Amino acid sequence: MKIDWAALGSVFGVSLVVTVALVALFTLGISGLSRRERAAAQGQSAALAVTGAYACFAACAAAVAYGIYLIMA
Amino acid sequence: MESFSLILAIVVVTALAFDFTNGFHDTANAMATTISTGALKPKVAVAMSAVLNLVGAFLSVEVANTISKGLVDEAGIRPEVIFAALVGAILWNLLTWLVGLPSSSSHALMGGLIGATVASAGFGAVHGDVLVTKVLIPAIAAPLVAGLAAMLATRLTYRMGKKANGKAAEKGYRAGQIASAGLVSLAHGTNDAQKTMGIITLALVAGGTLAPDSDPPMWVILSAGIAIALGTYLGGWRIIRTMGKGLTDLQPQQGFAAQTSAATVILASSHLGFSLSTTHSVSGSVMGAGLGRKGGVVRWSTATRMFVAWGLTLPAAALVAALAEWVCGFGSWGTAVVAVFLVSSSAAIWKISRREVVDHTNVNDHDVPGEEPSGVVTQAMAAVSPPPAGAVTEEFATIPAPADTAPPAKTTV
Repeated sequence: MKIDWAALGSVFGVSLVVTVALVALFTLGISGLSRRERAAAQGQSAALAVTGAYACFAACAAAVAYGIYLIMA
Repeated sequence: MESFSLILAIVVVTALAFDFTNGFHDTANAMATTISTGALKPKVAVAMSAVLNLVGAFLSVEVANTISKGLVDEAGIRPEVIFAALVGAILWNLLTWLVGLPSSSSHALMGGLIGATVASAGFGAVHGDVLVTKVLIPAIAAPLVAGLAAMLATRLTYRMGKKANGKAAEKGYRAGQIASAGLVSLAHGTNDAQKTMGIITLALVAGGTLAPDSDPPMWVILSAGIAIALGTYLGGWRIIRTMGKGLTDLQPQQGFAAQTSAATVILASSHLGFSLSTTHSVSGSVMGAGLGRKGGVVRWSTATRMFVAWGLTLPAAALVAALAEWVCGFGSWGTAVVAVFLVSSSAAIWKISRREVVDHTNVNDHDVPGEEPSGVVTQAMAAVSPPPAGAVTEEFATIPAPADTAPPAKTTV
């Protein structure tokens, strides 16, 4: 019997890193948008936060696109 | 399609029936968290999942038939064996649906194939080491990997997102959940619909209708895709309730973390060569998300029942399949008996399920964990699981269930 520990280990590592990174990015994006909401309520603008937020969301969208690519491959 | 014998037709219909049960059994994997956190309305969620499953069935041409290849010797496999395997898998799927427990449809199918093969060709035809590496290790690894990832991700999103509130955050988490649930649906359609296609193709080859090593014909792809989508749309509400509300209480942040972790684990595992069950990954990530929130709880009694069901899946499906194969061995009338038995017991299970209807209207009603398995559920569960707590923990410790715990399943189904 040969258990493929290397494959299992890489599944473990990749899943952990990718999940945490994606969730972190997404949370950053959401925080950025909330900041805009707060800023707008006070009549200010939060251009930097919003740009950052969209960059985060773009990265997440890229990850989803890669996921779809993996499913199709 | 010339020379389409009766037994072959029966196998194809049974395979599509299995595909259908697979669809409604696994709706929960993709949509339970989205439904329980209110990101999508129940009906909208299952419709979206159904469409994505259908799309997924057409996405890949590479047949993912790890199930039919490797686990048992293909040579000498007859349509009757496949039929018996499917009977075992369908009945186990229906039974676990009745008690509302998520369990792996792939394990049920593998168990069925193993049982039927053993009954027809003896123990020598099953590769024991493949069983350990493809079934047992993944069943333990999947919830651990997905759970740990979801737990860390949940912690992180709560810590980082302290300042994220208001409409923007609410909308954001909603969108995130929908996207990751969509990915899970798509991956499910590709994987599980392909399994049925593989089985039907295997049966067609075994019956001599198709040349060996052929790709599945178009009508097989189409019907498998439609069957799984219909099943998904019907929605296994009982399992969705357990997964979304029974294991833990999910907030949108947790739902997002759990679903993202599940999608990542499923995709990573299937592309790094260590395939993990969708059901096990999602259940694990939901529990992980439950543990990751401060004050979050996991209902271990529900989780334990689920683990027991996982342990029983393979042996129970194998046992039913072995019996079915044995009866089929008596000739055409034996096969007819098994077919009638399958239809009538499915009808009986459906009848029992009507005593306490769970559908899109009450899928999120789940307040007191202790009372959730009311009448029907406890009875049925008592029939499937080994009796007292002592046996349960022992079962949990050693995943390959001893054969003597399985017979009650035989008597009930």
